Amino acid sequence: MSAISMPEPALAAQAEQHAQPRQARRWYRQPALAAGLILLGLIVLAAIAAPLITPYNPIKQNLTASLLSPSAHHWLGTDQTGRDTFARLLYGLRTDLRIAFIAVLLPFCIGVILGSISGYFGGWVDTVLMRLVDIVVAFPFYVLIIALVFVLGPGQRSIYIAITLVGWVSYARIIRGEILVAKRQDYVLAARSGGLSPVRIIGRHLLPNVISQAIIYAMSDIVQDILAIVTLGYFGLGVPPPTPDLGSMINDGQNFLTTHWQLTTFPGLAVVLVGLALSLIGDGLADIIRPGTT
Amino acid sequence: MSGDWAGGAGGAGGRLLEVRDLHVQIPTRRGTVRAVDGVSLEVAGGEALGLVGESGSGKSMTLRAILGVLPSEAKVTAGQILLDGVDLVPLSSSDLNKIRGPKMSMIFQEPMSALNPVMRVGQQIAEGPRVHLGYSRARAAERALELMRRVGIPDPERRFRAYPHEFSGGMRQRVMIAIALSCDPEFILCDEPTTALDVTIQDQILRLLARLCAESGVSLIFVTHDLPVVAQLCQRVAVMYGGQLVETGDVRDVLLEPRHPYTLGLVRSAPDIEEVRESLVPIPGSPPSLVSPPSGCRFHPRCAFAEEDCTVLPTPLRELAGRPRARSTACLHYERCEDAAGAGRAVP
Amino acid sequence: MTAGAGTGPLLSAEDIAVYFPVGSQLAAAVRHQPRMLHAVDGVDLDLAKGEALALVGESGSGKSTLALTLAGLRGADRGQIKLDGRVLRANRSRADQRRIQMVFQDPYSSLNPRLTVGGMLAELLKVHHIVPRGEVTAYSAELLRLVGLGEDALRAQPRQFSGGQRQRVAIARALALRPDILVADEPVSALDVSVQATILNLLRDLRAELGLTLLLISHNLAVVRHLCDRVAVMYLGRIVEIGPAAALFANPRHPYTRGLLAAIPRLTVAPDQAEKEAEEGPAVAGDMPSALRIPAGCRFRTRCPIAQDICATQDPALLHDPADPARQAACHFAFGTAPLVPAAAPAAAAAPDGPDGPDVPRQRQPGQRQTGPGLRKE
Repeated sequence: MSAISMPEPALAAQAEQHAQPRQARRWYRQPALAAGLILLGLIVLAAIAAPLITPYNPIKQNLTASLLSPSAHHWLGTDQTGRDTFARLLYGLRTDLRIAFIAVLLPFCIGVILGSISGYFGGWVDTVLMRLVDIVVAFPFYVLIIALVFVLGPGQRSIYIAITLVGWVSYARIIRGEILVAKRQDYVLAARSGGLSPVRIIGRHLLPNVISQAIIYAMSDIVQDILAIVTLGYFGLGVPPPTPDLGSMINDGQNFLTTHWQLTTFPGLAVVLVGLALSLIGDGLADIIRPGTT
Repeated sequence: MSGDWAGGAGGAGGRLLEVRDLHVQIPTRRGTVRAVDGVSLEVAGGEALGLVGESGSGKSMTLRAILGVLPSEAKVTAGQILLDGVDLVPLSSSDLNKIRGPKMSMIFQEPMSALNPVMRVGQQIAEGPRVHLGYSRARAAERALELMRRVGIPDPERRFRAYPHEFSGGMRQRVMIAIALSCDPEFILCDEPTTALDVTIQDQILRLLARLCAESGVSLIFVTHDLPVVAQLCQRVAVMYGGQLVETGDVRDVLLEPRHPYTLGLVRSAPDIEEVRESLVPIPGSPPSLVSPPSGCRFHPRCAFAEEDCTVLPTPLRELAGRPRARSTACLHYERCEDAAGAGRAVP
Repeated sequence: MTAGAGTGPLLSAEDIAVYFPVGSQLAAAVRHQPRMLHAVDGVDLDLAKGEALALVGESGSGKSTLALTLAGLRGADRGQIKLDGRVLRANRSRADQRRIQMVFQDPYSSLNPRLTVGGMLAELLKVHHIVPRGEVTAYSAELLRLVGLGEDALRAQPRQFSGGQRQRVAIARALALRPDILVADEPVSALDVSVQATILNLLRDLRAELGLTLLLISHNLAVVRHLCDRVAVMYLGRIVEIGPAAALFANPRHPYTRGLLAAIPRLTVAPDQAEKEAEEGPAVAGDMPSALRIPAGCRFRTRCPIAQDICATQDPALLHDPADPARQAACHFAFGTAPLVPAAAPAAAAAPDGPDGPDVPRQRQPGQRQTGPGLRKE
C-alpha cells in the first residue's frame, strides 16, 4: 500500500519509516556475504602475510630435501626440487590473486565505458560495438584466452592483455542492457532538460544506478580469471617459473599424484576456496545492491 | 465497531449481497496491517454501489475479499460475506469456484494483464459457459458471439478469432465485460475498470455498464477513486477511509451534501469542470497508518472539525434521521459539514 | 534574461512534425519506404509570455511528444521552434535549454534514486552558474521553501518522499534554472485526489508569484480549466481547436471538443438529465484510429457525428473564427457554414462502432451541457 502524504511534517516520519528496511540489509545480516567476506579475508591475509607465516623461500631449491612427506617442518611436504609446498602455495596465491584482481579491473572499466556509450547513444556506434561483442562471445572464453596468450607469449603482460580483450564484452553487454532500461526513466530526460552533458548524465545519473550489476558480475568474473590463470599455468603459458603459481604447482605435482597427492590437491583446494568465497560475495551483493529498491 | 446500514435502493431483488463487519488483515514485518476494519455493506438486486476511497483506503481489499481472491498473505479474520444468505468466508476454493462465474464475476483495471495473451478472445469468453454452464463447444461459441454483440464489439465473427493484443484498450475492456457477463452473474465487481482508459472510452464503457445493469438486472460494486464516475454510474455510494466506511447513502445526497469531513474534503479538493474556483482546498496531513491507526475517529488528525471526543469515541456508522433514503455517517459532528458545505458551494 | 522581442510570442512552433519509424528497419530499407508513425503531424503553436496554455487530448494524440519536442528533448522531423523570435537549433545551447524546463508525470521515475535532493539541485545550479558557489545551499533551501518543503529535504533521498512531495521536488528542480517556460506533462495524474489539489494550487501560486509561462499537458479537462487561460485540443497529431479556455469550454466549435467535454463524468448532474443521458449513446463513438493509418481528409471523420462527403476528401485547415480572432478550429463546419446536426452521415458507417451497434454517436448542441446553478442543488 503506497503512502500518500502531505508536505513538511510527514518528512521526518517518512525518513524514519524507511530507515528500518535499510538496516536489515546491512552486510553482516547477509549470511552468504558475511561468510564470503570472512573466507576471502582469511585467504588474502594469508597470502599477504606469507613471509610471516612461513620461513621458507618459495623459489630456492634444495635438492637434498625433495619430495618429503608432510611433517612439522614442512606442513605440506616438499616438491621434487625440495621447495616447501606450503610456502609455494601461499606465494602462489599471492601471485594469482594479484593478477586476477588487476586483470578484472581493465575489462571492467573498458566494458563499462563502451557499454554506456553503446546503450546511451545507440545508432551506428551501438551496432558496431555490439557486432564486435557478438564476435568475441562466439568463441569459448578459455579457448580464446589460451589462444591469445599462446600468440602473445607467456607472461603476466600477455595474461592482462588476453583477459582484457576477451573480458570487456560481458561488462559492455550488462551495462548496455541496464542503460537501455534506465535511460527511459524520466530522471534522464530531466537531466537532459537541465542542459547536462552526456558524459555527466552517464557518469553521475545513469552509472550509479546500473553499476551494481557489473560489480556483482565482476565477483564471478574474478573466479573465472583465476581459473584462467591457473589453467594457463597448468599449460605452462602462465607466469614463467620459478615464480610460484597454483597452476604450475598442479601441473608439476600431477606426476607424483599416486605417491605425493598433497602436491596437487592443496593448490586445487585453494582455487576452490577462493572461488567459493567470491561466489558467496557475489550472491550476497546481488541481494543487497539490487537496484530499484525504492 | 460496525454499523449496519439498512435498506438498499429497494430494488425488486431485495437484499442479495451482504457484507457484515468484515475484517481483512495482512501480517507484515512492521506489524499487522488492518486493511479492512469492520466494513458492512449491502447491495440489492439491480443496484450499482460505488465504493470510493484513495489508495490505501481498503476499497480494493474489500472487493477482493468478497470475490475470495485476496493476496496470499491477506486473511479475512472476522465477519461474514453473505450471498443469498450463504456465508462465503468459510467456503473452500473449489466451492468458491462454483460461485465465481455464475453468481459473481470481476472486471479489472488493466484488461491486458487479466486476459490470456495466447488464447483467442472468443474462446476466453466461451470458456465460462463451457465450464460452469456445461455448454457444448458450438453453443458456447454462439453465446460468446452474442455477448460480443451485446457489449458492442464490432464485427464479432471476425473478432472472435483475434488475440487480445489486436484489440484497443477500450475493446479489451469490452471483452472483459463480456467474460464477466458470460455466465449471467448476479454481481459484477469492478476494480477501477475505467481508470486506465481515455475519457471518451471511459464514457463508452460507463454507458455500456449502465445499460447492462438496466437490461439484465445485474448488480455492480464499482471501486474507484473518481467521484464523478460514481456520480454518473451508481445509485448508492460508500466512502472508505483508513479501512473503514465513513459515509454511505444515495450518490447525489452524499456527493452534493457530504455529511463527513473526509467526503467533503474529497469533493472540495478535486477541480470541477463546471466551476472554476479560486483555489482548491486540499485535505491536510497524510492518510493514517493501518498498523496503528489513530484512536477514535481515524480522520481526526486531519479534520478541521475535530473535537476532544473525536479522539476517543469509536465512530460507527450511524443513520441520519429525517432522510427519505438510508443515509449514514461515521462523523460525530456531521452537522458542521452542513454549514461548511453550504459556505463552500454558495453559487449564485 | 533576453528581452522579449516586442509583442511577439515568447515561444512559437511552426509546422512541427515528429515521426517514429516502426517495425523492421530492414524491411523498410527493402521497400525504400519506412513505416512511419505520425505522432505529431504539422502543429503551429504560439505561447505568449505569462500565459498558461493547455494541450489536451487522448493518449495517442501526440501531446506528450509535442511537449518533449518543445522542451528540446526530442528532435522534430519538420518545422522549427522559435524562442523570442529566434530559431532554436536542433541541438540547443545550454543557455537556450535552460529557459524551457519540464515537470514529468511520474514522480517515481523522474527523480534519480541515487541522488539527494540537495545534490540534484546543486548540480544544476553549478553547471548553469545560477548563483555563486557559496550560495548554492541557501538558494536550494529557498527553492524548496518555494514549493512547500522544509530545509531538511535537502539531505533526503527521493525514496523518503511520498508521491506529492516528490512532485514538489521535481517542480523545485525545474524552477532551479529560473526558466521562462515551465512545461508540465500530466503533473498530477499519478497522484491521489487529495494530493492533486496541493500540487495544482502550488502551480497556480507559482505562476502568479514568478510570472511563469506555463504549458500544461493533461487529459483531465477539469485540471486544465482550473489552471489555464488558453486550451489547444489535439487529435491524432494535429491541433483541431484552440482558443481561450472559458469560450472553448462554453461553446466548443470542433465536434471532437464537444465530444470530449460531453464525455467527462460530472459530480453534479441533475437526476432528470442523468436519465436522459443514459438513453443516449456515448459522447464520442469508437476508438481513435492508429497514427500509422491516419484517415484521408479530416482525421476525425471516422468518429464524427456530423461528417459529410467533403470531410473524406478535404483536410480542414485550422482557421480563425470570423467572429472571434482568438479562436481557431479545424472543421469544415466549425463556424456555422453547414449543419451542426447530424445528417445521414456517410462516414459514420466506417466507424468501428457502426450505427447498428448500441453506440450510435450523438451530438450535443453547444451549451446543452451547461448545467445551470439551479441543477446543482435543489
